[in-house]
Amino acid sequence: MAITLTESAAKHVAAQLGRRGRGVGLRLGVRTSGCSGLAYKIEFADEVKPEDLTYEFYGVKVLVDPKSLPYLEGMELDFAREGLNEGFKFNNPNVKNACGCGESFNV
Amino acid sequence: MTLFQIAEPEASPPAREPKRAIGIDLGTTNSLVATVRNGIPVVLPDEEGRPLVPSIVRYAPDGVEVGYAAMAHQSLDPQNTVVSVKRFMGRGLADLADDRRFPYRFVDAPGMVQIGTRHGVKSPVEVSADILRHLRLRAETQLGGPVEGAVVTVPAYFDDAQRQATKDAAKLAGLPVLRLLNEPTAAAIAYGLDNAAEGVYAVYDLGGGTFDISILRLTRGVFEVLATSGDSALGGDDFDHRVFCWALEAGKLPPLAPSDARLLLVKSREAKEMLTGHQAAPIVARLSTGDDVNLSLTAETFAGISQQLVQKTLQPVRRALRDAKLGVADVKGVVLVGGATRMPRIRRAVAEFFGQPPLINLNPDEVVALGAAIQANALVGNRERGDDWLLLDVIPLSLGLETMGGLAEKIVPRNSTIPVSRAQEFTTYRDGQSAMAIHVVQGERERVADCRSLARFELRGIPPMAAGAARIRVTFQVDADGLLSVSAREQATGIESSVVVKPSYGLTDDEVARMLQDSYAHAAEDMAARAFAEAAVEADQLAEQVRNAVAADGDLLDERERAAIEAALAEVALRRRGDDAGALRASAEALNRASEGFAARRMDRTVSQALAGRSVDTLVGE
Repeated sequence: MAITLTESAAKHVAAQLGRRGRGVGLRLGVRTSGCSGLAYKIEFADEVKPEDLTYEFYGVKVLVDPKSLPYLEGMELDFAREGLNEGFKFNNPNVKNACGCGESFNV
Repeated sequence: MTLFQIAEPEASPPAREPKRAIGIDLGTTNSLVATVRNGIPVVLPDEEGRPLVPSIVRYAPDGVEVGYAAMAHQSLDPQNTVVSVKRFMGRGLADLADDRRFPYRFVDAPGMVQIGTRHGVKSPVEVSADILRHLRLRAETQLGGPVEGAVVTVPAYFDDAQRQATKDAAKLAGLPVLRLLNEPTAAAIAYGLDNAAEGVYAVYDLGGGTFDISILRLTRGVFEVLATSGDSALGGDDFDHRVFCWALEAGKLPPLAPSDARLLLVKSREAKEMLTGHQAAPIVARLSTGDDVNLSLTAETFAGISQQLVQKTLQPVRRALRDAKLGVADVKGVVLVGGATRMPRIRRAVAEFFGQPPLINLNPDEVVALGAAIQANALVGNRERGDDWLLLDVIPLSLGLETMGGLAEKIVPRNSTIPVSRAQEFTTYRDGQSAMAIHVVQGERERVADCRSLARFELRGIPPMAAGAARIRVTFQVDADGLLSVSAREQATGIESSVVVKPSYGLTDDEVARMLQDSYAHAAEDMAARAFAEAAVEADQLAEQVRNAVAADGDLLDERERAAIEAALAEVALRRRGDDAGALRASAEALNRASEGFAARRMDRTVSQALAGRSVDTLVGE
């Protein structure tokens, strides 16, 4: 399995999709930006594109474009609470160093 | 570790809900707003069903009045009621031929004349913005939400200052302007001429107070203005005035009181309009003096008294054709714009002049606004299936530039809708670097070598600064015609350099598809290439720093240490020629460790040099 969603992450994705009222699942990817090269992309997905790789965890569909996959190989998406903040957390074994702002990373 | 929230998808799939797009004809006498509803362009009227908004703004004691409300008070409050503000757009006081013609308190200001009103000094931009805001609100009430894109029309002869002033007014009115469109082009689009045969078209625009003639050439769906001419003081109002003068004479009337004159002028206009469908029209009025006016104006009489005015419009037409170096026979079609072109006299004169009947099936008051709405609708992406618009709607491949290590940094991602503008800041790589080469590339691959090179240019004259201190803003702009302009600007000095290219030029759909496929197929390889290129940039930087340090403070090194550093440098150089990012990183780390002691001693020396010769007292004071 190339990427995984924890049960708690899946539950939150499902809840947020429900609140949004539409969308087929969650799209994960990377884009080049930030101060250290790459940044994560985490978006609602409204459609499955023909080139997408699809996964399903606890009933939640996750889509990854083939170009982003090598950067996310082995990644686990978790839901975490840190103090007052809560949100999704990428546990990515590929990351060599992350930048100060936490937005971008290097592989 | 950052916590992420789920974002909305960047490029939402074409939500089938059409975007709210409007076209605005911001006229000298009247303005209109139109939209495309279910594929058909329509003008949005007010609650009373009136499509036109008189371009009049009154700064009333209790607010701002626009349109008919302002017109009602025009004669009572002339100083605070601004009429025909379009004539002042982008104009200085010196540009106005005779400022005493107007009842306003003009205030000369740098760039543009301003008007003193009850609400303070207003620039023509602000007055125009009040009209545009009125139109925006009308559209938003009827469309049920904020306007997402607007096209505003301007006369073809407007210069950059006048166009910029119009853009500023739209911005002030809270309108997202997609582009300005030339009025004659808008009229031609409303008639669907952009899908017609290529060739030359004439647009004859006789409005309330102005006359414009434009000669356009259509090539591959794009209109080019070949020549314009006109008369800024000739319009339908002059025809009303002729009828008024005739009525005075025919009725043997004495000089009239202002209110009677206004009444008779209104009656004259009504008679003129009636002649469009009738052979005769009555002019009946009771004056304040108790006298009755009871006249009948025949079409024949009207033709006689307006003959000179009709001829007067044909002079600029000849001039425009001459400027375009064309003859009457070259003109493929003639479009009539402006309410005054309803007059059968005008239609006949135009038909005779061009030797063909003009296009008249659209409402001449609305045709410009309708064309603008069609354009706006296309630009926001509300395309009907099968619509054969030549305008590109999205960018097929990402646009970016080359960064250190031969990597492609994407600035405008693929599928961005155009027009689009994106900017990113870059910096210098070396101390004292005075120029930057900008290589514009297109494609989805990570390495520049795998992308398509579009253009190269240089930004020179960057002032000497430490590496990383310069701020160079690179802006990518793709206009509605798909034209890409890239400009680079050093923020401190403002020096600038730019290039313009057509990215879609010479690319077929198959090639675009192949470039996309390649980027998927080579994803893993590209990732390794990116990792290596990034490591290489870092290793090169470190190696250069160490070499510079050895050159400057080599005396701090003993033989053993120097040999270790040299060996580490050689190892980095060796790994640099390979393709293993991990090994290259490891060699750079080894170099870092080998030079640690040396770096510390250099630091001590710098500090002691800075302190030498200064007493403890002065240091404490700092």
